[in-house]
Amino acid sequence: MDFEFILKHIPMYTEAAILTIKLGVMGILLSIIVGILCVLIQYYKVPIIRRIVSVYIELSRNTPLLVQLFFLYFGLPKMGIKISSEACAVIGLTFLGGSYMAESFRSGLESVDKIQTESALSLGLTKAKAMRYVILPQALSTSIPAICANVIFLIKETSVFSAVALADLMFVAKDLIGLYYKTDEALLMLVISYLIILLPASIFASYLERRLRYAGFGN
Amino acid sequence: MQDLGIKVLFMGSNFERLLDGLWVTIHISILSVLLSILLGILLGIVMTSKNIVVKAVTRVYLEFVRIMPQLVLLFIVYFGVTKTFGLHLNGETSALIVFTIWGTAEMGDLVRSAIISIPKHQRESGLAIGLNSSQIYRYIIIPQTLIRLIPPAINLTTRMIKTTSLIVLIGVVEVLKVGQQIIEANRYTVPNATLWIYGTIFFLYFFTCWPISLLAKFLEKKWKVN
Repeated sequence: MDFEFILKHIPMYTEAAILTIKLGVMGILLSIIVGILCVLIQYYKVPIIRRIVSVYIELSRNTPLLVQLFFLYFGLPKMGIKISSEACAVIGLTFLGGSYMAESFRSGLESVDKIQTESALSLGLTKAKAMRYVILPQALSTSIPAICANVIFLIKETSVFSAVALADLMFVAKDLIGLYYKTDEALLMLVISYLIILLPASIFASYLERRLRYAGFGN
Repeated sequence: MQDLGIKVLFMGSNFERLLDGLWVTIHISILSVLLSILLGILLGIVMTSKNIVVKAVTRVYLEFVRIMPQLVLLFIVYFGVTKTFGLHLNGETSALIVFTIWGTAEMGDLVRSAIISIPKHQRESGLAIGLNSSQIYRYIIIPQTLIRLIPPAINLTTRMIKTTSLIVLIGVVEVLKVGQQIIEANRYTVPNATLWIYGTIFFLYFFTCWPISLLAKFLEKKWKVN
C-alpha cells in the first residue's frame, strides 16, 4: 500500500466527491418535488395527466439509470436537444428518483385513514387546509423511512455518472488504475469516499426512523 | 431524417444482436438470482441466530454490501481481486460473483425479516393441536414465510436485471455494448441511429422488467388478506 500516493491524490477524490454530492443533492431535491407533484396528481385524480403520471412511473421504475442516461446524453442530441453532462445527470437522476419518491409518498397518503379527511372536512376545513394540517403530517411521518431509503438508493445510483463523461468518484478511480496501475490504493480510496458519503446518511436515516413519532390516529 | 433512423434496427441481424445482448444481461441476472436465493435462505436462517459473533459478522457484511454502490463492488472484484490474487476473472464471472454477494445480502435480510415476522403463537398453536415439529414447518411456518417472501424476492429480480446493466462499464459485451457497436458501424449511413438504438434498449429493459413488477404487485395484493 503506497500511502504517499494516497495522500497525493486525496484532493482529486475530494473534488470528485463534491461533484457527486452536488449533483446528487440537486437530483434528490428535484426528485422529491417531482414525486410530490406526481402523487398529488394521482391523489386528486386529475384526468388525463394522471394517466401520463402512471405511465411515467412504470417507465422509470422498470428501466436502469444507465440506459436512461445513455438515451438522454447520446440519443437526444440527434433530435436536436443538446444537454450538458451535468444537466443530463441531474435530469436522469430526477427521472429515476421522481417515481420512487412518488411511490413512497403514495403509500404514506394511503396509510392515512379516510375518516381523517372526512372529519377534517366536516369540521369546516377547506380541502387545501385538510391536506396541509391533517393529511400531510400523518402521511409524511409514515413515508419518511421509505424516503430515506430512496435518498440512499439515489446517492448510490450516482456512481454511474462517469458513463456520461462526468469526473465523479468512479471516473477518478478508473483513471488512477489506468494511469499508475495503483489498483489497491485507488479502490481503497474509492470505498472510503463512498463510506464517508453514505455512512452518515445511512446512520441519520436509521436515527430518524427510530425518533419518528408515527401518526396512529383514527385507526 | 427521423424516419431514416429506425431502419437501422432491421438492417442485417441488428435486432437479433440486440436481443442476444439482452440475453447476456438476463442470463447473468437469473444465475445470480438463483444463487442468491439459495445462499440468501441460508444466510437468513443464520442471521436469526442469537450468537453475538454471528450477528456482528452478518451485520457488517450486510451493511457494507448494501451501502456500497454495486458499481464499486464490481470494480473491487474486477480490478482489485484480479490484481491482488493474480486471478484472471472475466467481466461475466466478476459480475456473477458481485451480484451473488449483493443478492445474498438482500435476500438474507428478506428471509430474516420474513422469519421473525411470524408470530410465536403460530408455532405454539401448532404444538397445541398436536403437530410434530416437521409438520409445524411443513404446514405452518414455511407457507407463511413463502407468502411474505415471494413478492419482495420477485422485486429483487427486477432490481438485479436493472443493476446488471452496469456490467457494460467493466467491459462485458451486453445489450448496451452491442448497441454501441451497431451505432459505430452505421455512423455514416444512419447518423441518428443513436436515438433509435438507445430508445429500443430502453424499451427492451422496460418490457423485461415490467411484467415481473406487475407479477410482484399482483401477488402482493392477492396475499395481503392473510
